[in-house]
Amino acid sequence: MDYSPLLLSLKVAAISTFFVFIVGVFIAYLLAKRDFFGKSILEALFLLPLVLPPTVVGFGLLILFGKKGWIGSWLLEWFDFQIVFTWIGAVIASIVVSFPLMYQSAAAAFDSLDERLSNAARTMGASEWRVFWSVVFPLAWPGLLAGLVLSFARGLGEFGATLMLAGYIPGKTDTIPMAIYFAVESGQMEKATFWVVIIITFGFSLILWVNWWSKRNMRRFTKS
Amino acid sequence: MKRFLLSTLFVMLSIFLIGCSDTNKNTDATDQETPEAEILVSAAASLTDALEDLKADFEKANEGVTVTYNFGSSGKLATNIENGAPSDVFLSASSKDMNELEDKGLLIHESRKDFTENALVLIAHKDSDSTISSFEEIDPAALDHFAVGEPESVPVGRYTKETFENLDLWEPLKEKLVLGSDVRQVLTHVEMGNADYGVVYSSDAFVSDDVKVLAEADTDWHAPIVYPGAVVKDSKHQEAAQQFLDYLTGAEGKEALQKFGFK
Repeated sequence: MDYSPLLLSLKVAAISTFFVFIVGVFIAYLLAKRDFFGKSILEALFLLPLVLPPTVVGFGLLILFGKKGWIGSWLLEWFDFQIVFTWIGAVIASIVVSFPLMYQSAAAAFDSLDERLSNAARTMGASEWRVFWSVVFPLAWPGLLAGLVLSFARGLGEFGATLMLAGYIPGKTDTIPMAIYFAVESGQMEKATFWVVIIITFGFSLILWVNWWSKRNMRRFTKS
Repeated sequence: MKRFLLSTLFVMLSIFLIGCSDTNKNTDATDQETPEAEILVSAAASLTDALEDLKADFEKANEGVTVTYNFGSSGKLATNIENGAPSDVFLSASSKDMNELEDKGLLIHESRKDFTENALVLIAHKDSDSTISSFEEIDPAALDHFAVGEPESVPVGRYTKETFENLDLWEPLKEKLVLGSDVRQVLTHVEMGNADYGVVYSSDAFVSDDVKVLAEADTDWHAPIVYPGAVVKDSKHQEAAQQFLDYLTGAEGKEALQKFGFK
């Protein structure tokens, strides 16, 4: 049995979650409590990957990052850097499909904050930077963490767009979902079952843990 | 909480009711208007264009029979049929998948027939500056990615593997291989310029404007690429399914297949 899909899947999901978290939180905070012309359109655009079929996302990514794609050809020419058919392609596919989950969780968390708390900090002379880290971030953390875990789980399960952008190269770009797909197609049911059990256990524990964690925190918040 | 439960119940109930009314409508429709058959043909992905082309003529010639296609890699389709997916006709790109189903008694033995042949070709993007003109000239060191079908589940991948093993190219190329989930994906990898080369059926290269054929594989290098078709035993429309198979193996079918690069 080759365990490389497990390590690769964890690596891809972890790296994509890292970027998604930073960018998602930043953008959500930037747009929170702000209203401007076209905000709904921008938000709809952010959430689009959530409802699009994976093949459409994959095709779009190929147009952008393929060797002859808009960004891909540029990267290849200037940095001799190729995204298509590499594990970085898998990371990019994961980022795109899990960003909506992170953005939505973060936006909801920031929107539900009581603005008087941050304003109180501002009247005491705190900088915007300090307001964010000492007031906003700790208060929004339960929501942000939920988004973080959801993004990680989504990245772990990403298949369609990944297959198109990263291709299936055993030992290089074979994540767990791909290992499952090709094991089923070639009738290797034992191998498929093994990976299915692993990924179900993983997903289930993650969700269980988040639920338990947020419940515990709710209690703490309501008590104090 | 109570209200939430109630509304959930309501939604579920309405979905259930909609589901019921829908199926009722369907059975009514089949009872009254169409005593004829709607057959589902599970066909290898490489047959896509030829079969789509043939559909209208077949339906005109056999009034009352409508054809729906399910295209995929032969390995996947065989697994689906094995697991009880509804299907009336199975058109495979390889004898192997057909044999597997036949050995398990899932096909009507007498209906099985080879209906066409295909060749293996080496392709590159139409703008490629490659000067290769035969399979033997492939230099693993001079390329980044080589697209082939996944050899365990996609027939074109298995034929490609046999060919490369014959030419002692499989091991040296292994690191560079991108495995496609069906032959069309292999073609797409080359069409979009992401893989330097690919190996597909001549019929697939034939329908694409974005690739050029560099070489055709010697038929001695791989098992013969024959396309067998058969009626599925569990089919509820065996007669119509046989009609379709007869049409495909007849003169009209041959013509349609040749139009798309089959032999």
